[in-house]
Amino acid sequence: MALYNSNRGGIIQIIIGSVFLIIIGQLVSLQLVSNKYKLAADNNAIFRKIIYPDRGIIYDRKKRALLENSISYDLVVIPNEARGVDTAALCAILKIDKEEFNKRMVDVIIKNSRVKVGIFEPFLSPELYAQLTENLYRFPGFSLSERSIRTYPYNTAAHVLGYVAEVDVNFLKKHEEEGYEMGDYAGMTGLEKQYENVLMGQRGVNRFLRDNKGKIQGAFEKGQFDTVAVAGRNLYTSMDVEVQQLAEKLLQHKIGSAVVINPKTGGVIAMASSPGYNPNLLTGNQRRKTIGSLLTDTARPIYNRAIKGQYPPGSTFKPLGALIALDQGLITPNYGYNCYGSYNTCGDPRKCTHSNGGHAANLQIALANSCNSYFLQVFRMAIDNPKYRNAKLGYLKWKEYINSFGLGRKLGVDLPSENKANIPDTAQYNKDFGNPKLWNSCYMLTLGIGQDRMTATPLQLANSMAIIANGGYYYTPHFVDSIEDEDDEDKALLSKFRTKQAVTKISSAAYAAIKEGMHDVTVYGTAKGLTVPGHEFCAKTGTAQNPHGENHSIFVCFAPKNNPKVAVAVVVENAGYGATWAGPISTLLMEKYLNDTLTSESKKKSDELANKDLMPSSIKEWYERNKTQRLDEIEEYKNDELGDVWNMEMVADYKPIPKKIVPDTIRKVADTTKKKKGPKEPSKNKLSKDSAALIQKKKKKTPKPRNVNNT
Amino acid sequence: MSTTPNQNNFSKGTDLAVIILYFVMVAIGILCIFMVEYNPNSNWSSSLIAGKNSYSKQIYFAIFCSFIGIFILLMDSKVFTALANILYAVGIILMLATFVLGKNINGSKSWIPIAGGFNLQPAELCKIFTALILAKFISKPETDFSKLKSHLIAAGMIALPAILSIMQHELGLALVYSAFIFAMYREGLPPIILIIVFTFSLLVVATLLLEPSLLAIILTGIAGIIILTMIKRFKRNKSKILLILGIWAICFGTVRYAVPYMFNNVFECYQSTRIYSMVGKEYDCSQNKKSNAAGGKKRTRKPDDYNVKQSKIAIGSGGFTGRGFLKGTQTRGKYVPEQNTDFIFTSLGEAFGFIGTATFLGLYLFFLFRLIRIAERQRSTFSRVYAYSVVGIFFFHIAVNIGMTVGLFPVVGIPLPLISYGGSSLLTFTVLVFVLLRLDADRQMVLR
Repeated sequence: MALYNSNRGGIIQIIIGSVFLIIIGQLVSLQLVSNKYKLAADNNAIFRKIIYPDRGIIYDRKKRALLENSISYDLVVIPNEARGVDTAALCAILKIDKEEFNKRMVDVIIKNSRVKVGIFEPFLSPELYAQLTENLYRFPGFSLSERSIRTYPYNTAAHVLGYVAEVDVNFLKKHEEEGYEMGDYAGMTGLEKQYENVLMGQRGVNRFLRDNKGKIQGAFEKGQFDTVAVAGRNLYTSMDVEVQQLAEKLLQHKIGSAVVINPKTGGVIAMASSPGYNPNLLTGNQRRKTIGSLLTDTARPIYNRAIKGQYPPGSTFKPLGALIALDQGLITPNYGYNCYGSYNTCGDPRKCTHSNGGHAANLQIALANSCNSYFLQVFRMAIDNPKYRNAKLGYLKWKEYINSFGLGRKLGVDLPSENKANIPDTAQYNKDFGNPKLWNSCYMLTLGIGQDRMTATPLQLANSMAIIANGGYYYTPHFVDSIEDEDDEDKALLSKFRTKQAVTKISSAAYAAIKEGMHDVTVYGTAKGLTVPGHEFCAKTGTAQNPHGENHSIFVCFAPKNNPKVAVAVVVENAGYGATWAGPISTLLMEKYLNDTLTSESKKKSDELANKDLMPSSIKEWYERNKTQRLDEIEEYKNDELGDVWNMEMVADYKPIPKKIVPDTIRKVADTTKKKKGPKEPSKNKLSKDSAALIQKKKKKTPKPRNVNNT
Repeated sequence: MSTTPNQNNFSKGTDLAVIILYFVMVAIGILCIFMVEYNPNSNWSSSLIAGKNSYSKQIYFAIFCSFIGIFILLMDSKVFTALANILYAVGIILMLATFVLGKNINGSKSWIPIAGGFNLQPAELCKIFTALILAKFISKPETDFSKLKSHLIAAGMIALPAILSIMQHELGLALVYSAFIFAMYREGLPPIILIIVFTFSLLVVATLLLEPSLLAIILTGIAGIIILTMIKRFKRNKSKILLILGIWAICFGTVRYAVPYMFNNVFECYQSTRIYSMVGKEYDCSQNKKSNAAGGKKRTRKPDDYNVKQSKIAIGSGGFTGRGFLKGTQTRGKYVPEQNTDFIFTSLGEAFGFIGTATFLGLYLFFLFRLIRIAERQRSTFSRVYAYSVVGIFFFHIAVNIGMTVGLFPVVGIPLPLISYGGSSLLTFTVLVFVLLRLDADRQMVLR
C-alpha cells in the first residue's frame, strides 16, 4: 500500500516548493526591487534633531553690535500626540476660537504631516510663554520650542542689514544644492543675504532612534552620523551706528537717501534710505503685523534708495564733466565762459541762475557758482572734440570716462540687487534721433549738467566724491571690513574691497583744480552758508529736475579738504534747492563723523531738519486716503515677497528732451520720429503685475517746464 | 550516519540531520528574539541570568524542550500507537476545559494556567494528538482509506479540535488542522479534493478582487469556451455537458452566495476586514451578521493593515544584505507589533536582508524535504501518516506565518515553528519532531 501512492510524496514536495518560491518571489520584490521600504523605515525610526547654530553678529566700526540674537519660543505640536487636549483652555490662552484652532491644526498637518513637529503659534510673547509653561501639562502633544531671532538694539540700518526669515518652497527650489530644509532661516536681503554663508554657520544634525511611540531610544549608530553645529561668524563693518542713526533721523519725514563713505578705504560709514522702517518690526511675530503695511506703502519704505534709487545727478555732475574736459586738454582751469544768464548756442536758450558777468570767469568760479552755460559748453566741447571724427565717437569717449567714474555701472557694493542707474548708450540716441551721423552735442546737451537720461544712485554719487577726494582712485564701496576667523575663501571674497580701483588716468593738477573749485562752493559759492566746524570741506550742490514733481535736492561733498576722510552724497526727493536741504544734512553727517559729536548749534539745526516735513503732497494724500483700510489689506506675506520687492527696479526719472530745441536743419527728421514713436515713455519698469498692484505708483505729474534751472 | 558502528544504543537510527536542523532553528529563534528585545541601555547578560526577558525565557524553554526530546527518544515507539486514542481524548477534554478554566490572553480564552506562571494551550497539544490518532486510524488493518467513509471519519477526527479552536476564537489554530490534508492525500484521498480546495480558494480570491458581474461573465466565458472546443466529444456524451454546466453553476453559486455568506456570517468583522485589506479593499462591517449582533457601531472599518505595513517596511528595509545584527531600526523602534511571536520573521529580514531570509527559507525547505524523505522510508503506515502530518503542520505554519509577514496572506496569529517566542509552541513542535525521530529510529518495525 505504501508503494501504491508513493508518487504523491513528490507532488507534495512540488506543492511545498512552489509555495516557497512564491514567498521568495515576494521577498525579492520587497527587499531587492523596491527601496521605498528603506525610506519608510528611516522616516519611521530616525529622528533628526537639528541643532541651529547662532547666526553671526554684525558689528559697526567701534564693535557695537548692530544686531543680536535673542531667544524666542514657539508653541509647537505633534498632531498625532495631541489627544485629550484641553482645547478650550488653550484657545483661551492664545485668544483664538475653536474654529481657528482646528484650522491651524489642519495647516500643521498639511505642512509637516501628523507625526512631525509643526509650529502652532510662533514667537510667543513673554506673557504667553509664562502662561503656557504653567499649563503645558494640560495640552499633550504640545511643547515649547526655542529659536533664535534677530533683534536690533539700535533700531537702525534696516536696509543695509536686511532680515532673516524662514525659507519657503520657492527658496528651497532656488537653493536646492545648499542643504536648506523646511524650517531653516536664511538671510533674505541686505548683508544677511549677501553674507549668508558666513553668518549662517553650520547646522548640526543629531540622529536619534525613535520608537513607535515617538520616544527617543538613543543615538542612531552611536552618533557616528551626527554633525556638530558650528556657530556663524561675525561681520565687522565700517559702519558707524551713530552716524547711521543721525542720517536716518535727518531724513525722516522726507523721501531720500544719504550715503557716507570713507574714501580712504571705500568703507560705507552710513547708508540711509527714507522712508525706512525699524528692523525690529520684521522680526518675530512683529513681521506678520507690519509687513502688509510696509509692502503697500506708496512711499516704499522697504526700498533701499541708496543703491536702487536712480536720480538725475544735476549739477553734482559738473565736477566730473570738468575733469573730462581738463584731461582731454579742451580747457584749462583758466578757461572762462561769458554767460549772461542763459546758454543760447543750441537754439532753445538754457537758463542759468546767475547773469552777472564774470560768474564763470574760470573753472573754479564757474564751479562755485554752478554756471550752467559754462558746463554745457564744456560738455559740447567734449562731444564735439575735433580729435574724434563725429559726435558719436566723442560721446563714446566721454561715456568711457563717466563709466570709469563709477556711473552707469554697478560698483559691486556688498549688498544684493544694486542698481547700475543709467548713462545712456549711443544706441538710445540713435533710436531717438535716427541716423547717428546726424546727431550732435546739442541733442543731449543737458547731459553736461547731469540731466537728460543720466541717472545715478546716491552710492555712485558718494563714490564719485571719493574719487575726487582721493585724486583719482577709489575702493569699491563696501560694508564688511573683515570677517571673524577669515579663511582663504573669505579673503578672496573681500579682496576686491581691499584693492585700489583705478580710474582713467587724469592728472592730479586737474583734480586739484576741481577740489579748489568745490572748496570755493563752500566759501562763496552755492553752499556758502554751510559749515563743518573745524574743517574745510569741498562740496557741490545739485537741484535736479525730474518729471515727477519738485526738483530733487542733491548735495555731494567730502572733508577735510586736505586729506579727506569722509565723502557724502545726499538726495532729498522733491525738496528743492540742493543747498537748502541735502546740504545741511550732508555737513551734519560729516561733522558727526569727523568730530564724533555735534556742536550745540548743529544739534539744534539737526533737530529742526529732522522735524521738517518734506513729503510730497501726493504721498501725504495717499496716506490720508488709505489710513484705515491699508492695514488689513494684506495680512500675510510669503517671506520671499519682501526680497522680490527689494529687487524691483525703480522707475528711471527720465523724460525725453523736447523736440523743439532741435535746430531747424534736422527738425524734419526729428518730427517724423516723433510722429512715429511719440514721446519716449519712461524706461520700462520691471515690476511684476502683482507687485505693481501692491505698490501703488506715484501718479504722473505734469512735466516741468523745459527751462533748466540748476544751481 | 545512523548506521555508524560506534554510536550507542540511544541514538541508534536517529536522524542526525533533523536533530542538527532542529537545534539550528531553535538557536536562530533565540537570536531573533534577542534582536527584538535588545536594549542597548540595559545589561543583557544580567537579564539573561535573571530570566526576565523573552529571549532568556526562550533559552530555558529550549533547555526544557531538549530534555523532553531526549525523554521521547528514550521511550518505546509502541507507546505512541498505544496511547494515541487516549491522548486524543485527553486533548479534547483539555480543550473543553478551557471554556471553564480558560485564562484570557490577547482576547482568546484558550489558555490553561499551570504552575510557575506558565500557561498551557491545549489546542497546540491537540495537533500532536490529532496527528497520532489520524495515523492510528489510517494504519488500522480494517481501515480502507480509499473509501469515502474512512475519509469522513478522518475528517471528523480533524474537525473536532478545529471547531473547538474556532469556538475559542483561535481561527489561526483551527486553520492549521487543514494541514492534515497532506497526510490524507498521501494515503489515498482523491486528488479531486485537492483540486476542489485549490479551485475554491482561487474563487474566493477572485471574488475579493473582481467585480461580481465581471467575474460571472468570466466564469460563463470559460464554461462556454470549454463546451465549444470540446463540442465534438460532447455530441457522443451529453452528460459531460451537464457536468460542465454543473461545475459552472457551483462556481457561480460559490462566488455569488457562498463567499459573501462566509465573510458576512462566518467570519468576525475584523477577520473579514483583514482579508479585504489584503487586496486593498474596505469591508463594510454593517453587512456582517456577527458585528451587527454585537451592536456594531462602526459601519466600515478602515483596513487595519498597520501590522502588515510595518512588517513589510521592516523586511523591505533589510535590502540585500540587511541592516546588520541589532541595527534594524524598525525592530529597535518596536514598530512591528507582536514581533517576537507572530512577526518574528521581520527581525530576521531587517537585520540580514535577502541573503538572510533566502538562506533561512532554504533551511526550512531542506528540513521539510528531509521529513518527507523520512516519511517515505517508513515501513509502517502509522509512522508515515504521522510523518506527513508533521510535514503538513510545519509547512502550514511556515507558509501562513511568513506569507502573512510579507503580505501574501491575511494576518492570522500563528507562530513560526521553532522560531517564535513561546513555550507552548516550542514544546509542541519539539514533541512533533522528536516523536517522529523516535518512530523513524524504529522504521524497520511495523507499528499498529
